[in-house]
Amino acid sequence: MAVQFSEEKLNKVKEIIARYPEGKQKSALIPVLHLAQESFGGWLSADTMDYVATLLSIEPIEVYEVATFYSMFNLQPVGKYLFEVCQTGPCMLRGSDDIIHYIKEKLGIKIGETTADGLFTLKTVECLGACGYAPMMQLGKFYKEHLTKEKVDQIIAECRAQANN
Amino acid sequence: MGRKLLLDKAHIEGIRYYDVYRKNGGYAAAEKALKSMSPDQVTEEVKKSGMRGRGGAGFPTGLKWSFLAKPEGVPRYLVCNADESEPGTFKDRYLMEFLPHLLIEGLLISSFALGANTTYIYIRGEYAWIPDILEEAIAEAHKNGWLGKNIQGSGFDLNIYVQRGAGAYICGEETALIESLEGKRGTPRIKPPFPAVKGLYQCPTVVNNVETLAAIVPIINIGGDEYAKIGIGKSAGTKLISACGNLNKPGVYEIEMNISVEEFIYSDEYCGGIPNGKRLKACIPGGSSVPIVPANLLLTTAKGEKRMMTYESLNDGGFATGTMMGSGGFIVLDEDQCVVRHTLSLARFYHHESCGQCSPCREGTGWMEKVLKNIEHGKGKMSDIDLLWDIQRKIEGNTICPLGDAAAWPVAAAIRHFRDEFEWHVLHPDEAQRRNFGLAHYADPLPVAAAV
Repeated sequence: MAVQFSEEKLNKVKEIIARYPEGKQKSALIPVLHLAQESFGGWLSADTMDYVATLLSIEPIEVYEVATFYSMFNLQPVGKYLFEVCQTGPCMLRGSDDIIHYIKEKLGIKIGETTADGLFTLKTVECLGACGYAPMMQLGKFYKEHLTKEKVDQIIAECRAQANN
Repeated sequence: MGRKLLLDKAHIEGIRYYDVYRKNGGYAAAEKALKSMSPDQVTEEVKKSGMRGRGGAGFPTGLKWSFLAKPEGVPRYLVCNADESEPGTFKDRYLMEFLPHLLIEGLLISSFALGANTTYIYIRGEYAWIPDILEEAIAEAHKNGWLGKNIQGSGFDLNIYVQRGAGAYICGEETALIESLEGKRGTPRIKPPFPAVKGLYQCPTVVNNVETLAAIVPIINIGGDEYAKIGIGKSAGTKLISACGNLNKPGVYEIEMNISVEEFIYSDEYCGGIPNGKRLKACIPGGSSVPIVPANLLLTTAKGEKRMMTYESLNDGGFATGTMMGSGGFIVLDEDQCVVRHTLSLARFYHHESCGQCSPCREGTGWMEKVLKNIEHGKGKMSDIDLLWDIQRKIEGNTICPLGDAAAWPVAAAIRHFRDEFEWHVLHPDEAQRRNFGLAHYADPLPVAAAV
């Protein structure tokens, strides 16, 4: 098999499965897909999904059904840094359109595209539940809130610096 | 200063951690419930409190608990709905991030009342850092004997697990949430059977919102009768309001449900008014799915009285003039905002989030978005406004779950209250002209002193 969790991650999978009653290990599917996405380059390939199906003793189609339904699962490769900018009403009222436009200009990419160096992917997303701290975006595990053009510059610079280290 | 029951200790440094929480009165309610009350007595207190579910529907919590089926030999589950995906709503995040032990204590008392030995917190996937906070607090609660076997010698066992979703608004609907928790697509189930009879793994299940479960703690601490005295009439207790949009001080506020909408928007204690002295144009007071209302109807009831921040007052007159408390997601639009553009953004949201199970929702939300996009971009016809009205009517009430209604109501309310703005867009397709409305929906600027 092309993909394989580390021993540590396999133990984590076992721990997740143990949260549910016996025979209900399919409940672990979404948490294990999150773990797989984090572990295998930020997206879910067919091989990865098949591997998850094997781990949970379910059919591959059951994994595909779920992976294609939820917007947080990437089915194509993405950049090292995924900018997910909220564009829903409350963020729009606080200028998210301008922020999206600025990021597009700054990175030279359109929504859904990845920079040539493979560092950045820009996505627009629907409400992230940070409406009081708008405009905002999700970057990895964390939220970047009260965005301004200056703050966007700083985030991009930090990502570049981190990537170079 | 309004009374605070949930956020009263939120300012205390380190309140996230067990020792600080315990030192400041934490787990006293759980101690009281487990050591001196029966499960039925806990439910009775919740019933007496008159608290209505804080997730949006506003159904009395004690009554909901009493519907739980209790067949012998079948496990029961409590599921905490922490999916919080309604645009404008971000209050539960605040509770989980800053007061995780308050939620765990509420879950413990509620699970004891319901006879549930396993409880899941289903949290929206994007709140990716919060499960770590919750799991750390759960570990602390285990270590100090508030979770696990024979909790504090009471004979009651409880385990709490955190489950992350993966980005689907529909999973805030309780049956879709259960499907997702079972590792499937989050598509709503047809009811009946209701989750109270056949929920998670086909077992009796109660699904309650984060704020609802956290509020169980003060209810047990002060007693149901005392809790019921706070607020007005059937709007008992305090409510978290997440305020956003064009406000000087957006954020999460705990209010006693006895203040006016005007006071909430303009007083310094709460939102501090509209930035740059602009006029209030409109507001969605209960999360994006509740009807938008123009300023004059928002601030004043059909009887000409001040509209209050209560379930009843906000719903005064039904959808024609009033709106709803909903989840408490309070979205404010100032005079520069375009209602058509805002409605389009919400239509796009509902189209994106439709699970696709029912045709009226799957097709209708996309159709509404398309027509709205045409109107917003200067390609609309006058007949499109009636077409939009027609589409939303065909969605409302014709879907398995309330997402269809949630998608239809914003469009209906926008047309009902702001039809002239839609017509202006059609008649003035030029972008610059379309932004210069000059239409009369505004409240005059209200000085803070006059508003309070």
